[in-house]
Amino acid sequence: MSLEKFLNTAVSSWMNQEGPDSDIVLSSRIRLARNIVDYEFPTVFSNEEAQQIVELFEQHFAQQSYRSLGRFELLKMNELQSIEKRVLVEKHLISPHLAEDCPFGACLLSENEEVSIMINEEDHIRIQCLFPGLQLTEALEMANELDDWIEMHINYAFDEKRGYLTSCPTNVGTGLRASVMMHLPALVLTQQMNRIIPAINQLGLVVRGTYGEGSEALGNIFQISNQITLGKSEEDIVEDLKSVVQQLIAQERMAREALVKTLNIQLEDRVFRSYGILANSRVIESKEAAQCLSDVRLGIDLRYIKNISRNILNELMILTQPGFLQQYAGGALRPNERDVLRAKLIRERLKMEEKKAMEGDE
Amino acid sequence: MNRLICQECKQKPATMHFTKIINGEKTEFHLCEHCAQEHGDVFMFPENAGFSIHNLLSGLLNFESPIKETKPNAFQGIELLQCERCNMTYHQFAKIGRFGCSHCYHTFAKQLQPILKRLHSGNTTHAGKIPKRIGGTIHVRKQIEQLKQKLQELIVREEFEKAAEVRDQIRLLETKLSEHREED
Repeated sequence: MSLEKFLNTAVSSWMNQEGPDSDIVLSSRIRLARNIVDYEFPTVFSNEEAQQIVELFEQHFAQQSYRSLGRFELLKMNELQSIEKRVLVEKHLISPHLAEDCPFGACLLSENEEVSIMINEEDHIRIQCLFPGLQLTEALEMANELDDWIEMHINYAFDEKRGYLTSCPTNVGTGLRASVMMHLPALVLTQQMNRIIPAINQLGLVVRGTYGEGSEALGNIFQISNQITLGKSEEDIVEDLKSVVQQLIAQERMAREALVKTLNIQLEDRVFRSYGILANSRVIESKEAAQCLSDVRLGIDLRYIKNISRNILNELMILTQPGFLQQYAGGALRPNERDVLRAKLIRERLKMEEKKAMEGDE
Repeated sequence: MNRLICQECKQKPATMHFTKIINGEKTEFHLCEHCAQEHGDVFMFPENAGFSIHNLLSGLLNFESPIKETKPNAFQGIELLQCERCNMTYHQFAKIGRFGCSHCYHTFAKQLQPILKRLHSGNTTHAGKIPKRIGGTIHVRKQIEQLKQKLQELIVREEFEKAAEVRDQIRLLETKLSEHREED
């Protein structure tokens, strides 16, 4: 498969679009957890019950269109290859739990891949909306509409006092998890992140590295989300998160300005060295690739690098993960083979950008 | 040089240092790697890859255990508590951190109250969306509550004209509510 063709099928349409503040906020996501009344939760439900729930979705929602989202496709986990599932996980469309541990799991996916509704995961239904840039309010609106659409055919487990009943009491109430993915290289470089994370935690929000294991943030990408789901309205939860995110954006911009002022040439050097590694290396591990991609993206934002499109970080962070690499290769790869293919894919992708820039000059 | 010796085997040097804080009571442990491994259930190791929110949660849910020593019968009561619909016991719930069905929220309501408080910084009552179709009269009742509050505020501010409008709105909603009841 040619790289261009692979990119067309691999990159969700929303990944190419830019949203508000997308120099720092890569994406916004809303998740609503819902359960169906009269069915036991996935923790204990029988295979028959699980099957019936999938059938409900097949009957009412599969192949249906909803407004601008296009047609919904129902993907059943037991009918997918393991590489296909892994690709869905790396695109953040389904959870690793759904891919690996839910034999009766399914996913109702919109044509543009903005909306993914997981079925029979930890809860019967998990509605997820993914938007580029900082668009939490827009994503919540969309999730609410889809929630009403599903409720037309399904009776939710709801209690006046406790709200939407979820399998885990950490999600009860609104069942809402709102999160944003942020690229914060300057706050990491100036070592402010270690100070900021505990402060954010105190506000009832959670900060995590998106791709790294544990607390390490691969590519300086952090995910910030709400912890509390009960006792606050959906709008308040989203507003509270948004205000913290806006503060972080301001802090990151200030740190970037300070970096440019104090170590302009060193910063430029770092950006171009990383570009050199990405453009020339023959073997590259995901950790090094992530750090270099982060540097190059910062270089684009600071206009040291002018002829490369901005979304290269989001795109290559996803495309250079094991599942995607193996889909690109068309089969299983050993870790050292992945590192070689990763380097090749990045080199070719950067060449495509150069070609595009040259055509633009002519 | 003052070298710490493992307090468990008292032979090897202590290379792992832990601080355990339970209900504000701080205990320090100095162990060698071997003895620390033995305590795997007490201390968290990075290789414990399967560690999840549910493990953390089940720690929280077992907060009742001190009662075991003082009032064994009371604790047994909780242990034996079982959901009549999905048969999940409190013990099972505490272990996996997830409920079996929506009825569990009713069955374990008493135990759940303090847990929810801890998880959701003191909140125990839903303040968000209500499902459109099955929400039934909840919408109307919440609306009435809100209007009543507004009415009070208007009266305090002596804006009686507006207050009268709000009062009429409340009356309208209340008749709607009673009609609904008759239908049921």
